[in-house]
Amino acid sequence: MTCKDLLKMLNDYVDGDVDPSFCSAFEEHLRDCDPCKVVVDTIRNTIRLYKDEGVVEIPILFRERLHSTLRRRWQEKQGGQTRPGGPAR
Amino acid sequence: MSQETHDAATADDATLVSRAKGGDFAAFEELVSRHEGRVYSIAMNILRQRQDAEDATQTAFLNALEHLERFREEAAFATWITRVAVNTALKALRKRKGLTTVSLDGGLEAETGEIRHPELIAPWPGDPAKLMAQRDLKRILDEAIEALPEKHRLVFVLRDVEGLSVREAAEALGISEANVKVRLLRARLALREALTRTFGDPTRRLFPEHDGADQATAAEELLRLYENPARGRTR
Repeated sequence: MTCKDLLKMLNDYVDGDVDPSFCSAFEEHLRDCDPCKVVVDTIRNTIRLYKDEGVVEIPILFRERLHSTLRRRWQEKQGGQTRPGGPAR
Repeated sequence: MSQETHDAATADDATLVSRAKGGDFAAFEELVSRHEGRVYSIAMNILRQRQDAEDATQTAFLNALEHLERFREEAAFATWITRVAVNTALKALRKRKGLTTVSLDGGLEAETGEIRHPELIAPWPGDPAKLMAQRDLKRILDEAIEALPEKHRLVFVLRDVEGLSVREAAEALGISEANVKVRLLRARLALREALTRTFGDPTRRLFPEHDGADQATAAEELLRLYENPARGRTR
């Protein structure tokens, strides 16, 4: 396997979708090729960082507004059957 | 906590959906509480602007509220609301395109002399220093992802950040799965490159065994082949 072949399969390898028969060839290449090994490691780190940091906390003031908007809309839809601030009867 | 609210907190999504369809707001609100973080996160990652993300989140849940009866209960609510969130945010993004995004909301509040009671009250669970370091990291990640072409950024966000399958991302964006894969590869490689500029140890820099220019050409050629598989075939 060449570096070029590896690049072609990089997505699938990183996602764990690579055909097992290619997996050993891929890993063998990684053992002998430091630049490719570093690329694979750093791609994985890149994805992990974005995944971890991509979880955005919902701002609490917005959360309160959202819930009261939804409650209001719910009441309108139910024809005012819902008690304000409480569950539907 | 009322009995209904307590029941809602312990019930599974399917039960909550069926109770919400029957008119139980506590059940609907519990569904919102469970999924609002993810919906907001999707909106924020796609739109990258707090106000737009809040609007899209609200629209997504209002849509869910309006169309709850149409939701078929054999599907997972999480999947459904994720799809609603992605579509709402993408629609907002398309609408925003071409419009300038200058926020007018930067002005300071006028001095009134009145001391307002603290409004935002919440504990600080984390160490502020760590929090600031995290912010720095977030800024570095933001700068790198904002430098990506939008079509690459969206695929990366949907697939790698929000965890949609290749197929789901293709459907949401209206492109082929092959296209998702090639855009994803480009996005991943570009982000890795950008982050290496910040986090890479320059004293341990490695060079590809063959000529770097050759490899860049090979990568480009390969990516072109991915995008136009017909070119690689003999007629």
